Amino acid sequence: MTTMQTSDHARHLLREMLRVRRFEETCAEMYSAGKIRGFLHLYIGEEAVAVGVMQALRPDDAIVATYREHGHALARGISANALMAEMFGKQEGCSGGRGGSMHVFDAAARFYGGNAIVAGGLPVAVGLALADVLAGRQRVTTCFFGDGAVAEGEFHESMNLAALWKLPVLFLCENNLYAMGTHIERALSQQDLPAKARTYGMPADSVDGMDVMAVEAAAGKAVASVKAGNGPCFLEARTYRFRAHSMFDAELYREKAEVEEWRKRDPIVLLRERRRIGDAEFAAIDAAVLGEIAAAVAFAEAGTWEPIEQLTRHVYAPAQEGAREPGAS
Amino acid sequence: MIEFRMPTLGADMEAGTLVEWLKKPGDAVTRGDIVAVVDTDKGAIEIEVFDSGVIDRQLIEPGQKTPVGTVLAMIRAPGEPAGALPEPAGAAPEPAPTRARISPAAKKAAEQLHVNLDSVEGHGPGGSITVADVERAASGGGTVPGTPDRAIGMRAAVGAAMARSKREIPHVYLSTTIDVSPTLTWLKAENARRPVTERLLPAVLFIKAVGRACAEVPDVNGFWTEHGFAPGPGVHVGCAIALRGGGLIAPALHDVNTKSLDIVGREFADLVMRARAGALRSSELSDATITVTNLGELGVESAYAVIYPPQVAIVGVGRIVERPWVVDGRVEPRSVVTVSVSADHRAVDGRGAGSFLTAIERALQAPNTL
Amino acid sequence: MSLAPVNRTTYREAVREAIREAIRRDPRVFLMGEDVGRYGGAYAVSKGLLAEFGPERIRDTPLSESAFVGAGIGAALGGARPIVEVMTVNFSLLALDQIVNNAATLRHMSGGQMSVPLVIRMATGAGRQLAAQHAHSLEGWFAHVPGLRIVVPATIEDARGMLWTALEDPDPVLMFEHQTLYNMEGELAENAGPVDIDRAAVRRPGRDVTLITYGATLFKTLAAAATLAGEGIEGEVIDLRTLRPLDMNTIFASVRKTRRVVVIDEGWRSGSLSAEILARVAESAFYDLDAPVARVCSAEVPIPYPRHLEDAAVPQSAAIVEAVRALMPAPVSR
Repeated sequence: MTTMQTSDHARHLLREMLRVRRFEETCAEMYSAGKIRGFLHLYIGEEAVAVGVMQALRPDDAIVATYREHGHALARGISANALMAEMFGKQEGCSGGRGGSMHVFDAAARFYGGNAIVAGGLPVAVGLALADVLAGRQRVTTCFFGDGAVAEGEFHESMNLAALWKLPVLFLCENNLYAMGTHIERALSQQDLPAKARTYGMPADSVDGMDVMAVEAAAGKAVASVKAGNGPCFLEARTYRFRAHSMFDAELYREKAEVEEWRKRDPIVLLRERRRIGDAEFAAIDAAVLGEIAAAVAFAEAGTWEPIEQLTRHVYAPAQEGAREPGAS
Repeated sequence: MIEFRMPTLGADMEAGTLVEWLKKPGDAVTRGDIVAVVDTDKGAIEIEVFDSGVIDRQLIEPGQKTPVGTVLAMIRAPGEPAGALPEPAGAAPEPAPTRARISPAAKKAAEQLHVNLDSVEGHGPGGSITVADVERAASGGGTVPGTPDRAIGMRAAVGAAMARSKREIPHVYLSTTIDVSPTLTWLKAENARRPVTERLLPAVLFIKAVGRACAEVPDVNGFWTEHGFAPGPGVHVGCAIALRGGGLIAPALHDVNTKSLDIVGREFADLVMRARAGALRSSELSDATITVTNLGELGVESAYAVIYPPQVAIVGVGRIVERPWVVDGRVEPRSVVTVSVSADHRAVDGRGAGSFLTAIERALQAPNTL
Repeated sequence: MSLAPVNRTTYREAVREAIREAIRRDPRVFLMGEDVGRYGGAYAVSKGLLAEFGPERIRDTPLSESAFVGAGIGAALGGARPIVEVMTVNFSLLALDQIVNNAATLRHMSGGQMSVPLVIRMATGAGRQLAAQHAHSLEGWFAHVPGLRIVVPATIEDARGMLWTALEDPDPVLMFEHQTLYNMEGELAENAGPVDIDRAAVRRPGRDVTLITYGATLFKTLAAAATLAGEGIEGEVIDLRTLRPLDMNTIFASVRKTRRVVVIDEGWRSGSLSAEILARVAESAFYDLDAPVARVCSAEVPIPYPRHLEDAAVPQSAAIVEAVRALMPAPVSR
């Protein structure tokens, strides 16, 4: 199937992955400069997963992601400007600055976070799919989570409920081998994740998460199955993060050689090799991407801080705020 | 074994911090010995022991804040073997709260109704004073002052204040005997033309004279604070008044220096009446910047009084007596009175206190200008 | 002062009628929870609804509180109006992550883009000898969390009327139904409908002491007030109805009148809603108080199984009467 892709599409995939790569590199720089604070988890090395999966989704499908979600947001079409402004905590950010790196939201993109509780997004994804079923809408909710989430109760509860009710959820496990610093071998008794998923009675597959075209193809197949009304699907993308878990991580838990070995399978390099995208073409794409990211930084810099007077906004719906506070009658 | 406890050094003392032990275990102590220094809200205080014996062990380390009544050390009575008795019971029960229990709403009501809460009996939870108690008092149903309990409480309060004064204030005492014959002559003539109800008492002349003198020598009119002397916001002369049921109170006559003798006289009469009825205002109880105590009516010839802290001076007035007196080189019978000043030496020196006394004399001898 | 005809009913039937009305009125509404369908609900609240509305609208869930509460959140995000029933408040702890980390935060974290119009109903409270894992009163915990609205219907009118209003609220509402109330009988106007969920209600006026409570304890408090009235003490009984946000205006107005206040709460005393209410009274009505603030709360013990110990653990009318007496002035002998 990948051989059928046009070179235009290959360039598109390369550009999308590069956008994520350069955005993340810039985030690291901005973090070191103190412009971005809090926890910052970078997606470098895993770009093929988000970019590949997003190709299989339509605009009215929903996405629930994790705290390592910048790549998903960019690939979903959330602008680098809005995303970088969110990193900076500016009110021009996609979550109004209230969320930061781990809580990216965009209602128009049907992007439901940005959830920093491992596995916390899975039940929500099940519910989004349930709402679609109840309303008779043909949509899929794609829920990204890592191998760490597989150990959580919410993973099992959600897999069971979605399969039981045949809900249109694509459970997309980004297996990067580490739950923070704990290797999957030290966390899961059964490391064959599709086998786990199949016990819930849903189709499950595994794909090379460093190969964007393979991911796109596998995701397309899974989404088609879900949309055909067969209930949820589970897809494991075997991937690897090249950078530390977060900015403050000495990486004591893995060998540098292991990282180097995986870097040989850098999804961007891999795609260039396979689709024979030359240096000149790459440089042109990269220059455009770097320009976009630089503009995003400038946009975020120029962004404004939400006035402190607005501190207690967004706790309740506007009609509720104030009107129901004591003393406001 | 004798328990040596954190003493209560004032009605308002709830705890003290042990600063140092002046004796160590094994030391013999005799009743009256200073054995420790305790820091209180009011400052460091030397603590004496009221028993004799040998210090067996010390239970509290320096630096510890310790409630009143807590056992600080065990003292072996003479002849008693070491460690003979079981451990002491430890910390004493919480001292009874010394703060009056007045509900917030009652406090507010008392302010509005000008009710002196000292005279109100509480019927609320825990004997607290409630709005109903205040309202009852305001409508004339207040309790009669001078009940034995109240006298005892007042005695304790006066005692604590006087003990503190004598502990903390280096008093300097001066006195002079003043010929008040012309003053009394003037007073007699003055009263002769006044209706009975407006006649002036000699005491009023003294109060007014003290007020005048305070204006001239402001160093004696005010308070000693942690930052040194603070001049009083006005000349508010506290007048020591003995209550019929026992007890002593020194409410203030406000702004004596700027009020006419007539007004001071009327206010004094009113003050005495209200003091005895237990209907003083809280401002009258707290505002005095100097105090006058007139013990002449008891037949006392001269009085050297103890300063009421945080004031820095008190004037003692004795009995007016007839004495042979040298006037213009001749001995004559004259009416004289001995007036004393006790002053806080930290705030004012002997010279200042002397100027003050002279000013009183000058004022008394020109009653028509008072 | 409705003149409409009244029907004899129970609290349980009133809740059921509220669910029935909501499902009929709004196609987006559905009920989901453990055994709400075939079994008819652990407390028989939803009995008969499956037959009436079918399995799409009355959804039995597996025993997975986190998943089905989270699914309720997701469905609300997706435009549905779910009523999620959690069997009892103790089980809601299995879904605490979803309630506190998602339902309460999504609007905020998204900068106001997301809305979670969800109602979570659960049984709460002691009184049926269910021991220490089925009988606690943890609604005060949830009332700690900004982003949640906490309502407690105590009366049949509120059991009938609060649900629809809660479903119309754009934010997550947790509704706590005391398990001893389901069998309570009473009269309900035939045309009874939605009620506000903003205001506390004065259930008995009085001049001498303000008695603040909610849920089943309301009736113990009313009984205590009746006893006190026989002694000449007129208690004003306030039913909070909504624990978050608290209607402090009603409380302050009463305290300013009575100058005495007792909170009666089946929750534990330490770190409790009763502490919050009294702290606010002390902050804003201190100079109106004529007696110390007081509380009658549950003993600091997990709810025990034996009847006599369970009764002793939770507030009872006698303790409320005692607490009030202790605040009242002694007779003036003079």
